[in-house]
Amino acid sequence: MNPRSLPVLVLACIGLIAAIAVPFLYVTPNRLLSGEPHSPHVVALALSWVLLAGLGVLDVRGSRVVVALLAWAVIVGLPLVASMDARALLLTAAASARVPLGAGFWLMWLSASLLLLDRLREVRTSGRIVAWVGLLVALVAMGMGGAFESLALVREFHAQRAPFVDALITHLTLAATTLVLALVIGAPLGWWAWRARRTDGAVVGVLAFLQTVPSLALFALLIGPFAWLARAWPALGALGFGGTGAAPAVFALVLYALLPVVRYTIAGLGAVPPDAREAARGLGMSRLQLLSRVQLPLGWPVLLAGLRIVAVQTIGLAAVATLIGAGGLGRFVFLGIGQGANDMVMLGTLAIIALALAVDLLFQAMLAFTERRP
Amino acid sequence: MIEFDHVHKRFGEHVVIDDLSLRVEDGEFFVLVGPSGSGKSTLLRTVNRLVHIDAGSVRIDGTDVATQDVETLRRGIGYAIQSVGLFPHRTVGENIATVPRLLGWSRADIDARVQELLVLLKLDEPGIADRYPDTLSGGQQQRVGVARALAARPRIVLMDEPFGALDPVTRESLQASLKSIQRDTATTILFVTHDMDEAFGLGHRVALMLDGTVAQVGTPLELIRHPVNERVREFVGGSRARLRELAVRRVRDSMRQGEVADGDAVEGGASLQDALGAMLTQGRDRLPVHEGGQPAGAILLADLVASRG
Repeated sequence: MNPRSLPVLVLACIGLIAAIAVPFLYVTPNRLLSGEPHSPHVVALALSWVLLAGLGVLDVRGSRVVVALLAWAVIVGLPLVASMDARALLLTAAASARVPLGAGFWLMWLSASLLLLDRLREVRTSGRIVAWVGLLVALVAMGMGGAFESLALVREFHAQRAPFVDALITHLTLAATTLVLALVIGAPLGWWAWRARRTDGAVVGVLAFLQTVPSLALFALLIGPFAWLARAWPALGALGFGGTGAAPAVFALVLYALLPVVRYTIAGLGAVPPDAREAARGLGMSRLQLLSRVQLPLGWPVLLAGLRIVAVQTIGLAAVATLIGAGGLGRFVFLGIGQGANDMVMLGTLAIIALALAVDLLFQAMLAFTERRP
Repeated sequence: MIEFDHVHKRFGEHVVIDDLSLRVEDGEFFVLVGPSGSGKSTLLRTVNRLVHIDAGSVRIDGTDVATQDVETLRRGIGYAIQSVGLFPHRTVGENIATVPRLLGWSRADIDARVQELLVLLKLDEPGIADRYPDTLSGGQQQRVGVARALAARPRIVLMDEPFGALDPVTRESLQASLKSIQRDTATTILFVTHDMDEAFGLGHRVALMLDGTVAQVGTPLELIRHPVNERVREFVGGSRARLRELAVRRVRDSMRQGEVADGDAVEGGASLQDALGAMLTQGRDRLPVHEGGQPAGAILLADLVASRG
């Protein structure tokens, strides 16, 4: 058997087990209580996974494309199927009843996504971007068209619409501010550390130590000093600066973002051939011209790869920032946990994952664009 | 004119250049030759201030380089290095145009100059100006490197072992190109090499550097015939020095005018080494000499052995 068909086989088996043994949906009396499991399409779903496994073992040229297309179809189709089931189930239930998605659904959805990821590995970056963007667009379009209205998750979204949009904007603002500040501080810091050679160990060491402080602890530790600052300079307090809120959150997020930015800045500068630098100096480029005409164009792809990591990391970490009052999508996760409302937790979590994936795609697209020669 | 006046340079405890004075005339092809660690590259790099000297002065046309704006100074001096250092993200044309761009030349002037240099350095494959350096051979890359050094028509060009990494055939062809360009433009070239044959083949004058000082400076023939001491004699080649002499001298200076001989002719402008090669190839001890295709005389093996003229 071709070793490359192994991931397909393993993922198809997980999908198969999920289809047979794990609940696809639940019906609950309201948004807080737990309910009855329902698995309406065991045979059909099990057969599709067997088909995928078979195609994976077959592993001829055409079958790989078919596996990718099937996986793509499963990712789009599963929510549709679940939504139709939910509509049918709700017809006979009380008005407060909800139909949340079960672990079977999530496992199969995850397996199909990983399958697609695996099959797209050998494809060009542009092809990958088309596949994922197409997926995102298809799901969002169906959602906007009301295809998923009956699912508990979507009902939760409608109930929370205004705070959700607020939280999304806050989350993006936190992440974007962090990214810009980390770049503005980290890139010069990396440049300075790279130029001084001996200090780069110290700078990276301090930042690496900061990275090991748990995010929750760092957020908590900042409350004291920031509250003191706001009291000492009332002008800062008037600007919304205080022990809790966006200011300490962004501060902590920037601290975490600095290590990758500095590291990748140093790596980017190191990617410039020393002889090109020597020639640039010898031909009379000033330090600024050397930076803008030689070091930045040659080091930029490396720095961009670093920013991609920082962006995804920051979107994840910003979820915790809600605990010190900075808001963001983490609010739904922690409120949901507090209330025992699983759909709310799911709403926040899925939104954060989707945001991280979208930003990752954006950076991949930018990378693909910069690596292409003019 | 470049003058080195009692130049000192040390790296830590190690003295690299030790009270060195030297004068390079306008339009001269001047070669610094010596073993690695002799300080020749360091000396070269003091001219465009990539190396800062500890004492003494380096002057160009009487002006101390230390008093000039460093970028202006460097833009006025061509610079080519062994590792070439082309910018990998810039096309061949853009690489060549580096200094003219820094100097703010007009688009049209730059394009015209790039075309001129491509022809001058035999980079005449169509479309080569729009290609990226990594698609070129090593020899072509160094041709681009030399073109970039010459782009803004500098009066002085510094070259640090530019042909050191090339194969012998490519190197000879580039040496020939550089020699004719230097002759036609009367550019002052300060050239560093550790290859004695390259030094004698290119230089009007050669300075042999040992341990941070100039052991001897003179024309190739002076160094070969009158080495000032044993070490110089050793570096110039001992008994092989006479072979180098054959490479330096021209047939027309040793031939017997008006005499005739059988066999394939050698040109008057060829070196005595070429003549010896032709004799060995043809199995003859005398060959006819032509000047511009017309018979001019003959050269004898005895002339090569005895020649001291």
